[in-house]
This record gives sequence, C-alpha cells and structure tokens, in this order.
Amino acid sequence: MVTITVDMDKCQHYGQCCFEADDVFALNDDGQLEYVKEVDGSRRADVESAADVCPMQAITVE
Amino acid sequence: MNSVAASVVVVGAGLGGLRTAESLRAAGFEGAITVVGDEPSMPYSRPPLSKEALSAGVQVAELEFRRKPSVADVNWQFGSPVISSDLAARTLTLADGTQLAFDGLVIASGIRPRRLPIPGPEAGRYVLRTSHDAIGLRNYLAPGRSAVIMGAGFIGCEVAATARGLGCEVHVVAIDEQPMIRPLGAELGRGLRERHEHHGVDFHLGRTVQEFLGGDHITSVLLDDGTELPASVVVEAVGSVCNVEWLEGNGLDLTDGVLVDQGMVVDFEVPIVAVGDVARHPNSLFGNIPRRIEHWNMPTETGRRAGVSLAALLRGEQPDQGPFSAMPAFWSDQYHHKIQSFGMPGIATSSQLVEGSADEACIFEYSDDTGLVGIVGVDRTAELAPYRKQLLER
Repeated sequence: MVTITVDMDKCQHYGQCCFEADDVFALNDDGQLEYVKEVDGSRRADVESAADVCPMQAITVE
Repeated sequence: MNSVAASVVVVGAGLGGLRTAESLRAAGFEGAITVVGDEPSMPYSRPPLSKEALSAGVQVAELEFRRKPSVADVNWQFGSPVISSDLAARTLTLADGTQLAFDGLVIASGIRPRRLPIPGPEAGRYVLRTSHDAIGLRNYLAPGRSAVIMGAGFIGCEVAATARGLGCEVHVVAIDEQPMIRPLGAELGRGLRERHEHHGVDFHLGRTVQEFLGGDHITSVLLDDGTELPASVVVEAVGSVCNVEWLEGNGLDLTDGVLVDQGMVVDFEVPIVAVGDVARHPNSLFGNIPRRIEHWNMPTETGRRAGVSLAALLRGEQPDQGPFSAMPAFWSDQYHHKIQSFGMPGIATSSQLVEGSADEACIFEYSDDTGLVGIVGVDRTAELAPYRKQLLER
C-alpha cells in the first residue's frame, strides 16, 4: 500500500494533483482538497506525479 | 551497453534539471549525473517568490523540492556557471576555468529577467527570479515605502499585490493597455486591474519609464509623459531572456531558446536534450508548432520526457518518436484571488466569458482559428476540470 499525506497548512487548493490521479485527489464544491489516504501499490507512479506537480510541495508519498 | 558507464551533465539546477535527472534514473540510466547550477541552492520552487514567500520572508530551505531517492547520488556543483561549450567535443567550460566532459547533456539553463537600458542610479533596482532577488527586494517592502513596478504581467501584478499587502504605495508602469493583457485578453485584464485599483494600486498604462532619478540610490522614476513617481524601490518585471549564451558557436538553432523535437532531443551529432523554460518544443495539443512555454508544470513534463529520450540515446537506441502532449498549467495569487490557467491562452486571438463576470468569480475561454486553446478561471478552481477536459479532447 502507498500512504499519502497532504500538509493542509501548506495546501492552497490549486488542484494540480487532481489531474494526475483524479481517483485519489479531488476538490469539493467549496474548492477544498479532499484525498484518499491509502491506495494500492500499483498507483504509486500516479500519486508520485501528483506530489511532483504540487505547487506548494505539500504532498508526501510513503 | 558500454562497459564503462556513460556520464550526464545537467546544466541548470532548477525544477527541469531535477526532474530530468529523476527521469534518467527511472529509465534505467545508471551512470554518473552531475548538475551544474549558478545559484548556491538545491532546486527550489520559484512561484512563491512573488507571492507568499515574498510576503512572509524567504526561507529557501522551505521552498526546496522533494528529491526522489533515486537521485541521492547526483553530484551537485554550485556557484560556477557554465560559460561556454564545445558540444561536438563533449566538453563544457565553467566560469572558474574547470572543464567538464559529458557523454550526454541536459540543457536546463532556463531564463533570466530582461533588463532595459534605462539611465540613472543602479541601487534600488530589482528583478525577481531567484531567492536572492526576493530577499533583497523584501527589505524594501514596508509601510510608507513606495514601490514602482515596471511591467504588468503576472510577476509584476503579483509583486504589486504583495507590496500593497505589506503597506507600500504601489505604482505599476506598463506599455500595455491592460495588465496581463497578452496572456488573458483585454476584458479579464480590465477586471483584474479594477481589483488592483480597489486595493490601492496606481496604474500608469501606455507609459514607459524614461529615467531613474536620485543620487546613489533611486528616489523617483520619470515617465515618458513627464510624470515623476516617488520610488524607494523599482521592480523590473518586463519579460525574460533565455540563458543560451554558453551554447553559442555550436551551430544550434537558438532563435528563441533551444529548438528540440517531440522527445526534447536537440538535432545534433551527440546526445543532447533541452527542458523547461529554455526548450522550444512541439506540443501535439497545439498543432506541434515549437514554442517555449514558461508555465509551472512544463519543466516537470519536458523533464520526464527528456530523461527517457536521453537514456535511450545513451544506450544507442532511437528515442520514442510519439507525440509530446502536455497540458500547460499555471496559477497566480493576487490578494485573495486565485487565477488558474490551462492550455495556452496567450496564443489566442479571441476570448469569451463563459461563467460569472470579469469583475467577480469567472471563467473565460480562449480560442484561435484552430478552436479552443486555453481556459482561465478566477476564483473558480473547482469548476475548471470539465473545461480542461474539453481542451484535452480538442
């Protein structure tokens, strides 16, 4: 399994991550980021891509 | 495979250089990687330098990108930029005289702010590209100080908003008729100008700076119509210049950055790729016309592709010839407003309001004769996803 942590003090809700893994990251109707905290190992590359493109470098993947 | 592992030199220690190094490793390249940077820092995020980091005070360590474990063995060389190259001989010369040999080269040298030849004192003139620039500029931004911003593009407008937030008197001087008119068009430009004016920014549009006035240090700025603006500090945000001088004399096409193909490969007899702001590359989403795109995600997208291409070339294989199709994206923060863009609104010939109004939360579509080319939202980030999808399918 891959564990995802988003530092919500850093996150500015730009939503760039959503386009790399839209089943993991999403902006809700209020524009706030919601995400799945644990995904299958097969999703690692997409989740790492999401962390790469985060403008605030707020996403940690372990 | 050669018995002796090949070596790669990356010129430029920014986001594009980092992502290319990571991509080389992911593509199985096991040779030595050396990254040469002229700033004394590991790759860090620049967009905050005109926004929250400028406001709060720049801590460059906090802006560093996370680096994948695969690049832990990369050799980072800071402080002595590459000044010339003999690409056919596969050698680079650094400012301190050191020569570096390579089997494969990554051109990730980026851009620098354009400086205009304006007479007057030098002290008090700032550009904004590096953490060093931002730290110097921040010292001037305090209540009661007057900041004159030259240029009404994104960086100019972001600095204007940040400087207002820090209590400065702010003037923006630009030749354009509206701020951000080239990327966003006149209608949204006007709407954003009114937001700035509401926050107390004075615009001097259609104007140019003729001279900086003062003794050792700038105290005011003289415009072409005779207006004199008080200035504790001047920020020059009037576009960029490609860092390609070190590549001259090798016969490369350096017309506007470094021309590459869809694999980010330079047409040359040795393995060379170019990435990020300095790479002029085709994009199949936008007619494959080679363009430089100074948008946030392009160093990552071009770096990923370039690493795979270079790893193939160094194995003696032909790189993937498939199209390069990456959706450019950037954002801007001005006051509490979030501007978000997808695609290439800057190449559009027309814009159309599709949601809201230019004075409030809104979405604009941008088109040229091929159809939809860009989408921009103001305070509508969550609603942009379906428009971005439309762009991808164009």
